[in-house]
Amino acid sequence: MKFTLSWLKDHLDTDASLEAIVDKLTMIGLEVEEVEDKGKLLAPFVVAHVVSAVQHPNADRLRVCMVDTGTGAPVQVVCGAPNARTGLKGVFAPAGTFIPGKKITLSVGTIRGVESHGMLCSGDELGISDDHDGIIELPADAPVGAPYAAWAKLDDPVIDINLTPNRSDCTGVSGIARDLAAADVGTLLSKPIHPVKGAFPCPVSVTLDFGDTPSLCPAFGLRLVRGVKNGPSPEWMQRRLLAIGLRPINALVDITNFLTFDRARPLHVFDAAKVHGNLTVRRGRAGEELLALDGKTYALDESMCVIADETGVESLAGIMGGEASGCDEGTTDVLIESALWDEIAIARTGRRLGITSDARYRFERGVDPAFMLPGLDLATHLVMELCGGTPSDLVVAGTPPIPDKVIDFPLDALPRLAGLDVGLAETKRVLTRLGFFVAGQAKQLKVAVPSWRPDVDGVADLVEEVVRIVGVDRVPLTPFEREDRGRKPVLTPIQSRTRRAKRALAARGLTEAVTWSFISKKEAELFGGGQPELALANPIAAELSDMRPSLLPGLIASAQRNADRGFPDVALFEVGQIFRGDRPEDQFIAAAGLRRGLARPNGIGRQWRTGAQPADAFDIEGDALAVLAAAGAPVQSVQIQPGGPAWLHPGRSGTLQMGPKLVFGHFGELHPRLLEALDVAGPLVAFELILDRIPEPKARTTRAKPPLDLAAFQPVSRDFAFIVDHAVKAADIVRAAQSVDRKLIAGVTVFDVYEGKGIDPGKKSIAVAVMLQPREKTLTDEEIEAVAGKIVGEVGKRTGGVLRA
Amino acid sequence: MSEISELEARLLADVAASADEPALEAVRVAALGKKGAVSALLATLGKMSPEERKAQGPLINGLKDRLGEALVARRQALRDVALDQRLATETVDVTLPLPDSALDRGRIHPISQVVDELTAIFADMGFEVAEGPDIETDDYNFTKLNFPEGHPARDMHDTFFFPPKPDGSRRLLRTHTSPVQVRTMLSKAPPIRVICPGRTYRCDSDQTHTPMFHQVEGLVIDKGSHLGHLKWILAEFCKAFFEVDQVKMRFRPSFFPFTEPSLEVDIQCRRDKGEIRFGEGEDWLEILGCGMVHPNVLRNCGIDPDVYQGFAWGMGIDRIAMLKYGMPDLRAFFEADVRWLDHYGFRPLDFPTLAGGLSG
Repeated sequence: MKFTLSWLKDHLDTDASLEAIVDKLTMIGLEVEEVEDKGKLLAPFVVAHVVSAVQHPNADRLRVCMVDTGTGAPVQVVCGAPNARTGLKGVFAPAGTFIPGKKITLSVGTIRGVESHGMLCSGDELGISDDHDGIIELPADAPVGAPYAAWAKLDDPVIDINLTPNRSDCTGVSGIARDLAAADVGTLLSKPIHPVKGAFPCPVSVTLDFGDTPSLCPAFGLRLVRGVKNGPSPEWMQRRLLAIGLRPINALVDITNFLTFDRARPLHVFDAAKVHGNLTVRRGRAGEELLALDGKTYALDESMCVIADETGVESLAGIMGGEASGCDEGTTDVLIESALWDEIAIARTGRRLGITSDARYRFERGVDPAFMLPGLDLATHLVMELCGGTPSDLVVAGTPPIPDKVIDFPLDALPRLAGLDVGLAETKRVLTRLGFFVAGQAKQLKVAVPSWRPDVDGVADLVEEVVRIVGVDRVPLTPFEREDRGRKPVLTPIQSRTRRAKRALAARGLTEAVTWSFISKKEAELFGGGQPELALANPIAAELSDMRPSLLPGLIASAQRNADRGFPDVALFEVGQIFRGDRPEDQFIAAAGLRRGLARPNGIGRQWRTGAQPADAFDIEGDALAVLAAAGAPVQSVQIQPGGPAWLHPGRSGTLQMGPKLVFGHFGELHPRLLEALDVAGPLVAFELILDRIPEPKARTTRAKPPLDLAAFQPVSRDFAFIVDHAVKAADIVRAAQSVDRKLIAGVTVFDVYEGKGIDPGKKSIAVAVMLQPREKTLTDEEIEAVAGKIVGEVGKRTGGVLRA
Repeated sequence: MSEISELEARLLADVAASADEPALEAVRVAALGKKGAVSALLATLGKMSPEERKAQGPLINGLKDRLGEALVARRQALRDVALDQRLATETVDVTLPLPDSALDRGRIHPISQVVDELTAIFADMGFEVAEGPDIETDDYNFTKLNFPEGHPARDMHDTFFFPPKPDGSRRLLRTHTSPVQVRTMLSKAPPIRVICPGRTYRCDSDQTHTPMFHQVEGLVIDKGSHLGHLKWILAEFCKAFFEVDQVKMRFRPSFFPFTEPSLEVDIQCRRDKGEIRFGEGEDWLEILGCGMVHPNVLRNCGIDPDVYQGFAWGMGIDRIAMLKYGMPDLRAFFEADVRWLDHYGFRPLDFPTLAGGLSG
C-alpha cells in the first residue's frame, strides 16, 4: 500500500516529521517497507537554460551546449539528445551527481575531445518516467537554478507499507490516518459527505440474479451522471497517482483509482452509451469471455461473478472492468458503480485468472459495507466537480450488510493476555479514536466494532488494538518460571537416535549433507518410490517432483556434483525423513551414508602408508554398524545377511536385520546399473538404515549398571585354520565354533582369510582364534584338546571345513 | 709385583680391550670359567693352611670382585654403544603427513548444530521437543490454525500440493511447523511447553528463499502465560543463542491468523562488511514472529480459551544460523558442497551445551 506524505495530510492534521510518522507506522503494525523521497534523491538536479547548442566538432549526433544553471557562468555540456537546442529549458545535473535511473555517479568527462561538466537529463535518467527519447523540456517560465523536484512537485515522499492481510481498512489513506491519530500523531480530518440529490431517475436498472445459487453480491449501487466532459484529470490527482505507480488515464477513471487508494473504496465507471439496456449481476457462464481493461481476454465460468448488460458480460465483478464499456475522452454519460462482493469468490476468481488488481486486493480483504453508498456519493461529487454533468437518482440492488458486532470486554483481559494494565481511560481513548464505540465505566466494557474492521471479532482482537496503539514496548518483561517441572530428558527416543547417529557418522569422518526432500521421479522409482500420491501437483522444478523414498538419490547426486567440481573423494551422510506413503505413519527417519572414491575411514585420498585403496563394502558396513550402535540397537543380535535390494551390487552387499521381519537396512557397493541409470560415476559404496525400526531398549528402573562379572581364571586362546569352499560364509564357521560350548567359549574371532598359492582353487582358508574362559578351575591340556576336537568336528560338519595342514 | 696383581692388571686390560660382548665373554670365561685363571687361584685356597688362606683369601677374592665389577661395567658400556649404533639406523621421517583424523574430517551441518543449540536452550527452560509429519492435511496446516477458506493469508504461503484424492481432499507439504502445535494440543492436555523444529516447504526460490527450509516454533499453553512472559523468553533465548550479554529487541504488531495479538520481533545489530554483530549498532533485523495463541485455534484444538491461554513463536532455523555464523546465501545450505560444509560445518565433538558454551 503506497501513498504520499501530502496525501496522508489530507486526512491527518499533524506537525510530525516524516521520520516520526514512518517510525510510528511501523510500531503500530503498519510496517513501512520503503520511503522514497524524491526531493532528497533529486536534490542536485536543477532547472537550467540552454544558452547555446552547437554541433559537436567531431560527432554528428552530439551537440555542445552552454547551459545556464543559475549559478555563475554557463557550464559546457556535451549532449546527445535529439531535442537539445538553443533556448530549451531542461533539467541539469552537475558532475558528482548520482543518476538514479542509470545507477551511476557523473564525473567530468571528455567526449570526443570536448569536455562535459554535467548532464541534461531525460525522464528515464531521473527515474520519474520511461521517457528516454530526449531530454526533459520545461516550460519557458521555469525558474533557472530552482531545484527541479520541488519545482515539479515531485518532492512529496512516497511511503510504502507492507500491509498485513487483516487490515482492509488501511488499504485507504484515510484508514492509515485514523490509526496514526489514535497513536497521537495528529488529528484525524474527516469531512462529511453530503448525499447527492438526483435530478432525474436512473434509466438503467440493476438486478441481482443468482437463481438458487449463493449470492456473490450482497449489494450494488449505481448512478448515472449525464453530460460530463471527460479529459485529463487535474494535475494534483495525476501527480498522486503517478507517485504511487499508477498511470493517469482520464478524469473518470482516475477518480475511481484515486478513491480506491484514498478511501479503500474501489469503484467502476461504465460509459453509459456503450451499455445496452439494464444491468444484471450474475454468475458467469461456461463459454463466456471478457476482453478486460488490461487488453487480455478471460474465459469465465459459474464460480465467477460478472456484470452483464443485454448483449453480454461487461465487467468482471470487483476485479476488472471490460474494454467494451470503458470510459474514454468521448464519454458524455457515465454510470458509476459502487458494490460489495463475496470475498472468497473474488480471491478465487483472481487466483484462477491470474489477475492482481487494486480492486481485487481490497475486495478479497473486505471493504467497508457502510461506505458503499457514501463512496458512491463522494465519487459523484468528484465527477461533477472535475467533469461537470447532472446526477441521476441512486439505484441500489440488495442491502449492504452492516455488521452489528458488540464485544463484551473485561478490562482485566489486558493484564491477563498482554501483561499490561493501561487502565480504563486510556483503553477507552484508544478504542474510541480507532472508531470503536465503548460503553460502560466499570471493569466490564461493551465495545461496538466499526463497520470497517471485519478483522476484530473478540476480546483478543481488542487487546491487540490497545497494545499496538499504546506500544508493545510498554509490556514489561516477566520472568517465566520453570516451576516444579521435572528434569527428565526432553528428547524422544527417535530424536536422541537421530542426533547420536549424526555425531557417530561425523566421528567416522563423514560430512553431513542436507538435501531436498523431493527428487526426480526417475530417482524415486529407482529406490522404490514414485507413487502418484507422493508426486507434487505443483513442483518447483521437474527434477524436484517426488517425495524421496530414500536419502541415497540426494547423496549420490551430491557426491557427483562434488566430483564434477574436482572433489572426487567424498564421504557424505544425511539423517532425515523419507516417505513411503502420504500418511504420517509412512514417514520414517533414515540414516544414510555414502563413500565415493578414496574416501576411506582412516583417510581421504591416496595415502603414503596404504596406497590408493577405494572405499569398499566393509568400510561402509562399518559406518552402518556404528549408526546401529550409536542408536542403541542390540548390536550383538544384529544379523548380517548377504545381498540386498536391487540398487546394490548383488555380491558386495549385505542386509542388517534381526530376523527377516525386522530389517534395519542395507549396505554395500551400488549396483553398476543404478549408477548408469543415474548417470553417475562409481564405484560408490553406501548404506541406509531406518532408525524408527530399531527396537527401543527396555525401560529400566535404575541407572546403576549390572554388576561386573570377572572370571577368576586365565583365559586360553587357541587358533584354528580351516580350508573351506569359497562360498562358505565366515559367520557360519564362527557360529559353528561358538555352538560347541556357549559357556566356555567366550569369543571367536576371524584373524586371517587366505586364497591363492598353497590352497586349491575354489577353496579358501579362514583362521579363527577361539577364546576359552574357564569359570570353575584352570583347564587341563586334555580338556582344551577335547574342546578343540569338538570345534574341528562341528565346523567340519556344518561347513565341510577341514583343518589346514 | 706379586703374581696376583700381575694377573689383575692383565685381566683388567683384557676387559678394557674387549671390543664387543663376545670378546668380553671370552675374557670372563678365561678368568672366571671352570678353567679360568681366577677360578684356578680360588681353587688353591682349599689346599692352603689357615694362615696362608687368611693372607691369600682377601687378595684372591678381591681380584675376583674387582674383575666382576669391571666386567659388568664394560658390558654395560658395550651395550650402550651397541644400542646407540642400532638407534642411529632406526629413524623415521616424522614430517611425513598423517591423514586428518576422522574426528577432524567429519562435519555436522549447521542446521543440525543449531537445532541442538536450540534444544539445549529451551530444554533448560522446561520445554520438550515435538515433531510431526512433513506431509500434512489442509485442516492441520491451515483450517485449525484459523486461516479462513479462501483467505489471502493462504496465498502468502505458496503451498506445495499433492494430487486431489477421490473425495476431493488433498494433502500438502506443511508450510510451517505450526501443524505440530496443532497435533500437540490435540494429543496432550495443558500445561504445554514444546518447541517444534522441522522442515517446511513453500514453492518459492531466490537468494533468500528456498523451496525447503527449516523452522522452529515454540508453544506455551497454561492458565496465565502472557505477552510479558513471551517477551522475556525471547529475550533470554536471543541472549543465549547469540551468546551476548544484552540484546535490544523491538516488538512490532503484525498479523498471523493463528495468533492475536501478533508481533514481529527485530533485534538490534550492527552490519559491518558482511558481518553482523548483535547487542550493538543501529540497524534492526527481523528474526521471528510470535503472539498469543488465537482463541479460535485453542477451540479448534479442543482447548477452552476461557480457561487456558498461551503464546507461540516461530523462526527460521536456517536464517538464525546464517545470522549467527555469517553464511551469506541460504541456497548453499542444501547444495552439499563439501567445501562449504567443511568451512561452515561443525566437528562431531562440538556438542552444544549450556555448561560448555553453545559454540564451544
